[in-house]
This record gives sequence, C-alpha cells and structure tokens, in this order.
Amino acid sequence: MTWKAEVDGGRCMASGMCAGIAPDLFVLDDERARPLSEEVPEEERVLDVADSCPAMAITIVDGGATVVGPRP
Amino acid sequence: MTTAETTPIAYPFNDPEGLDLSGAYEEARHRPGLVRVRLRYGEPAWLATRYADARLVLGDRRFSRAEALNRDTPRQGEGQMDGGILSMDPPDHTRLRTLVAKAFTVHQVEKLRPYVRELTHSLLDELEAAGPPADLVDRYALPIPVAVICRLLGVPEEDRPKFRVWSDAALSTSSLTAAEWERNREELRAYMARLVQEHREAPRDDIMTSLIEARDQGDRLSELELVDLCVGILVAGHETTATQIPNFVMVLLDHPDELRRLREEPELIKGSVEELMRFVPLGVGASQARYATEDIEVGGTLVRAGEPVLVAVGSANRDALRFDEPGRLNVARPATQHLGFGHGVHHCLGAPLARLELQEALGALIGRFPNLHLAGDVVWKDQMLVRGPRVMPVGW
Repeated sequence: MTWKAEVDGGRCMASGMCAGIAPDLFVLDDERARPLSEEVPEEERVLDVADSCPAMAITIVDGGATVVGPRP
Repeated sequence: MTTAETTPIAYPFNDPEGLDLSGAYEEARHRPGLVRVRLRYGEPAWLATRYADARLVLGDRRFSRAEALNRDTPRQGEGQMDGGILSMDPPDHTRLRTLVAKAFTVHQVEKLRPYVRELTHSLLDELEAAGPPADLVDRYALPIPVAVICRLLGVPEEDRPKFRVWSDAALSTSSLTAAEWERNREELRAYMARLVQEHREAPRDDIMTSLIEARDQGDRLSELELVDLCVGILVAGHETTATQIPNFVMVLLDHPDELRRLREEPELIKGSVEELMRFVPLGVGASQARYATEDIEVGGTLVRAGEPVLVAVGSANRDALRFDEPGRLNVARPATQHLGFGHGVHHCLGAPLARLELQEALGALIGRFPNLHLAGDVVWKDQMLVRGPRVMPVGW
C-alpha cells in the first residue's frame, strides 16, 4: 500500500526541509518542492516530512483519500 | 579548479560594528571557485559566497553538520558549540525537529498574531507615557520576542535578566575562554533542568510540557536532548529577532524613501520584512560549517570528503545572478527565496514566528511614530556571532 503526497505550490517556501529529510522522495526545484513520485511509501518518515514543513504545504492522503499528514 | 593548497585568508570579513557587507564578498562571488579561509580557531575551511553554491551546501544531504562534533571546527570563539539540534543530521535531527516543528508552523503561529499585536501596542503606550528618548532595544525589541518565546516554551518571563546573560554568552565569540563558555552552558542547562522538573510535577499547556510527554511517554528523546532543545528554543527564539528589530529600523532610517513608502503603503510590510531579511547581513561571518561526506564539486571547487564548507548567507543574498539590483533596498521587491532563515533541514525552525514578530513590531513602531529618529549614539554588540545595536536611543 502507498500514500499520495501533494505539495501546495502556492504555500511552499522552498525551505528544502522535505528534500533534506527524504531526498529519495522529494526534490527541490528552483522555487518549490515536489514529490519525485506522487506515490509515497507508508512510512513514519513521510508523516515526519509533512509535519516538519514550516509552510504546511505538504499533504499526505491514504488510499481512501483520507488526510493522514500533517498530523493534527 | 581551485585546490586545497591555496593559502587561506583571514575570516570573517565583515566589520563587527554596523551592518555593512564587506566588499570582499563581491570580489569572491566574481572569482571562480570557493574561497579558502581561516578563522581565529579551528581548521581552515572553504567559503561559499554565491547563491547557488550556498543553496547546494545547505540543502544537500551529502553535507553533514554532525561531523563537526568530531573535528576542530572553524569558529570565531574558543568554545566549541557542540551539541544541540544544529549539530545533528537526519534521522536524529528529524526525530527532534518533528517533536517541536508543529508548534512553529505558519498555521499555529498565526494564532499568536493578536497577542503579539497587543504586546507591541502596550509597549509603545509605555514608551509614549515615559517620553523620548528611549532605548529601542531594551524597551521594545527585546521584550517582544522574550515575552512570546517564554509563553510558548513555558519559561517565566521575570527570569529574563538571568537568561539574558547566559544567552548573550552562548552567542559570544572571543570574549570567553573555552572553560568560561562551558561553565556558562552548564548554568543555562541547570536552570532549564529545574524548569523541566517543575513542569513534570505540574504540566501546563506549553512546548516544554509536550516535550516532557514525548520523553516520558514516548521515549523519543533523552533527558539531555530535552534540556538542550529547550535551551536552543529559548536562545534562538529571542536573540536573533531582538537583534533584527533594531537592525531593520536602522536600515530603514538610513533609507528614508523606502521608509516613507512603507508608511504610505502598510500592506507592503510582509514583503518588506522579507526584503530586510535579505538585505541585512546579520552575522559577523559564516558559522556552523558543513562537512562533505564525499567528494563534491561546489562552484568550480572540488571539495574533498571530510573538508568543511562555510556558507556566507549575507553574501548569497546579494548575488546579482539571483537578485536584480542586489545592493538596493526595495521594500516592494517581488517575493524572493532569500537565505536569511537558512535553507535545508536546518532552515530556521522559528521562521514563521520570527516573521510574524518582525512584521508586527516594525509595522506598529513606524505607524505610531512618524518622526522616529536616532536620539544618541548607538552602542554595537561586541564579540557576538550576530551584529546589531546593544543600545539604540530613539526619539519620536
């Protein structure tokens, strides 16, 4: 099973946090970050990335389209 | 390519008094390769001065902060600033950072805006009541971030005189011997450990309590990590913002046209804080060297595995390849990805809070006092990692 990761380009401030924590999953282009693939593994690390984003720009949803990250 | 045999030049370049960026940076940005530098203490290092090189070094996981703990790291003061979240790499860094990250997101921090606004206005009321002149640092710039971080973290605000001394020393450079620096750190740790104990016995709604829960129930961090994280939040949570408030005022007073525009168009305040973050080189010089974990080419220099690289963000923020008219302050400059809060995993945890405090502090001050001006000699901080007025008499 995998989750889906989305980066809100309007909110992203290119801190590089996600690409720093999980360089295999997120990449920082010139102005904003994006997931390398929309599908991301069901790992604690992925939720850490969403929790750590200072701009709250990353959303992780599960197979049922329920938001699992960032955690409240 | 440049080689490591180049004779290192003395660093830092900036004058510790004032907020000018040394001309040596512009020269360095135009020369190929990185600059070989030597600080007062520690091994020589490479210095990155261009925007693209700075982003690479700060953002690439092949550069390590933790390696600095094993090395005679380049530094301005004798004391080794080892330990704490700034000297960690993922996954350890991620483990600690995620415990506190949520308290400092844009969303959480925005809830504090009404409180910060009220704080700025009540401080300005007190200034007005007392009449000019007044020390902007002591009466305005310090009380705002201190009150906010004390409330968030759970530290009694009335202890400010105590932790001011320790906090100053923690960021001090050559004024302390290694032994003095160590003793200061232990005093600050002991103070925070007592507060942690009090919170354990009487939990409250603050960051310290949530970290204690993460330790006692989740075993997600050690007791020393808990104490050091609280110390880090307290020091980083007020010192830099308290320094930037008077710095921003100094720069605006020095650019009357920009200040007038900001007064006429207060909606520019958010953008102007970003521009001032870009424009003001806060540090005397780069610190917190990153160590290459493999051979990596940066800006035309092959950095060998194990070599340290310092990143001059103040210089990167004036790189003409990235910013139009980089030496000009433009409060209406379109959004830029300045590096004033750093970049990568160590990007300032409190950036959203710092932004909010700077926006509110600056907006309220220039709105209240149309005739704000210097009313005496500015006394500059001395032998500190950050530059800014220690005393700044103002009138209005």
